[in-house]
Amino acid sequence: MKKAKTILSERENILGRIREALKVSAPLPGSHGDPSVHAPAEPPASHAREWLPSVGASAEEQFALFAKNAADLKADFQLLASRDELKAALLKISTAGKWSRVASHGGELTDFACKSLGLPVTLTDCGYDVQEMETCDAGITECDALIAQTGGVAVTNRSAGGRALSVLPPHHVVIARREQLVADLPATFELLQKKYAPDYPSMISFITGPSRTGDIERILVLGAHGPKKLTVLCF
Amino acid sequence: MSSASQFKSRAAEKAGDLRHRSVIRTALRSYEVVRDKRKAAFQSWESARQAAAETKWEAINHLDEHLVALTSKLEARGTKVHWASNGAQAREIIAQILRDKKARSIIKSKAMTSEEIHLNHALEKEGFSVVESDLGEFIVQLRHEPPYHIVFPSMHLTRGEIKDLFQKELGDAPSDSPEELTMVARRVMRQKYITADVGFTGGNFAIAETGMISITENEGNARLTAALPKTMITLMGIEKVLPRFSDLALFLPMLATAGAGQPMTCYNTMYSGPRQPGECDGPEEWHVVLLDNRRTELLADAEQRDALHCIRCGACLNVCPIFRNVGGHTYGTTYSGPVGAVITPHLRGLQEWKHLSNASSLCGACTEACPVKIDLHHHLLQNRRNASAGQPAFFEKLAYKIFGIVANEPAFWSLAKKIGWLTQPLQSLVKGTALDPAKAWTKTRDLPPQPRESFKDWWSKRMKAE
Repeated sequence: MKKAKTILSERENILGRIREALKVSAPLPGSHGDPSVHAPAEPPASHAREWLPSVGASAEEQFALFAKNAADLKADFQLLASRDELKAALLKISTAGKWSRVASHGGELTDFACKSLGLPVTLTDCGYDVQEMETCDAGITECDALIAQTGGVAVTNRSAGGRALSVLPPHHVVIARREQLVADLPATFELLQKKYAPDYPSMISFITGPSRTGDIERILVLGAHGPKKLTVLCF
Repeated sequence: MSSASQFKSRAAEKAGDLRHRSVIRTALRSYEVVRDKRKAAFQSWESARQAAAETKWEAINHLDEHLVALTSKLEARGTKVHWASNGAQAREIIAQILRDKKARSIIKSKAMTSEEIHLNHALEKEGFSVVESDLGEFIVQLRHEPPYHIVFPSMHLTRGEIKDLFQKELGDAPSDSPEELTMVARRVMRQKYITADVGFTGGNFAIAETGMISITENEGNARLTAALPKTMITLMGIEKVLPRFSDLALFLPMLATAGAGQPMTCYNTMYSGPRQPGECDGPEEWHVVLLDNRRTELLADAEQRDALHCIRCGACLNVCPIFRNVGGHTYGTTYSGPVGAVITPHLRGLQEWKHLSNASSLCGACTEACPVKIDLHHHLLQNRRNASAGQPAFFEKLAYKIFGIVANEPAFWSLAKKIGWLTQPLQSLVKGTALDPAKAWTKTRDLPPQPRESFKDWWSKRMKAE
């Protein structure tokens, strides 16, 4: 009981100190102390789209940008024409990587991918054995969006089979539909809001390229703790 | 030794260490190139900076409302929120969670707040095993060293040194290639994620609107830390709030650009609760510890309140000519470089840390580099002013008083000039030694020779001649 009380009072202590401190107002950034400058009525970041790196208007331009950004990130992006091509691409990656087991989750696209591969699958939907997932050669997931502006993907634990599937296996394969391409980051946040608010999945992750580190002499190494390879297959 | 004299002696040593300087310069040169490229990709980096500054202003100047909104949203989804006024309270809260959970091993992703409260040391003293999973942090942990830089903890080490370290501590270092050394750390860490009782993280942004904590990282270690252990603990300063979910659309790419010259950091992940019903993995419990630790004192200083806008990108360190010469460990603080020099006097006491405000050429490179436009170099000046107002240096005051009298009286002035001209040859005998009254300056510099005839004398002679 005593513990609960001190925790509560620390909250009140901190909030009390904040309120006391805020009795004196601080000048707005860039106002040079002029008190007649007021905070803008709309959120300051609401025009972010106009300042962030530019994205073409057409789908072709945006796919080209996504491809370029993904290549810069050393991710493998393949724009495919049909399910047959998707199947062929998956089999090619699987053979090249000598896959013997994959991890995935239930979903229209992932089901198709797992069926195409014909390998043993660890499914995460109803809980899974972590040690077993650790031995999988790849994690195959769906996603919420491909972001042209960054060359990355947005996933949630709801859309992509939980929290670990997209980071534990050494190769992360994302299967996406063409309609899932969004232009930029503001559009991605709008999409997530529209799709989930107020009941957000407990994890939303923007994955921008395979795991990397530069902690040794600032030299880029892929696959620090997460996947060494990221493949995005889009059809 | 006082922290000021420690700073001075370490700075003198590091500034003369050519190997250290070349390591740091090489690392930071590539940073500058990629950062500039990324900044140029923005349609308007300057407008983005202004908006980021205004967004942070809004967050910090309504901090109480945002924290209430954030915590009630977090609690509504089963997260346990704790408030800590200081480091001791935060350490105790975290240790108590570990005791309650009967935890033994903790896997940690990078968190500067945990450095700030010396968490690892406290937990290890209680017998818990704590492993840093971020590669750079793992390396400095093996060396029993604090991180060298808030973003690049091991940038002061060469691959050879890291190879020797791994060989000595892990008995595993196939070569000195960064690739192979990284794979050693990967192998060491894999099972630790799976077997650790508790995962510990920091937080980069907290979203008041949706009750989320956003974590930025490149390696995937924080993702695994927040996915596999049964209990998750997040420690975060109270100043990390942003008002809206969509604000991240601006802040995530700006943090990546300013921090490491990346378009986006590899993983930007927003957590809004522990494992929810129907979700297949994630921690059963999530504890969020909000840390004040004198941030409210900085908040009370309206003039420097914007220092709380800091998103810890490290850009000001990277461009600072002082940091680049004296290095990160010289400061003896958790947060080094310009932003550390501004906030440490607030967090740890002005008089003891005022020397950091003088470790600056006031060139303003830091202010220019800051993605949220903190007026860093002016704050250094303000700290100097506040320090001398609080505790004026007697000799300095006396010296300026005498200078004022002499400079105001032409007769004294010309006498002083003559004395200076006559005594300067003597100065060269004692230059830089203990006998030299100006030794702090002359030890590494030459005093310009005093001319025999001043401009004033020359002018009056010339006028007379006409």
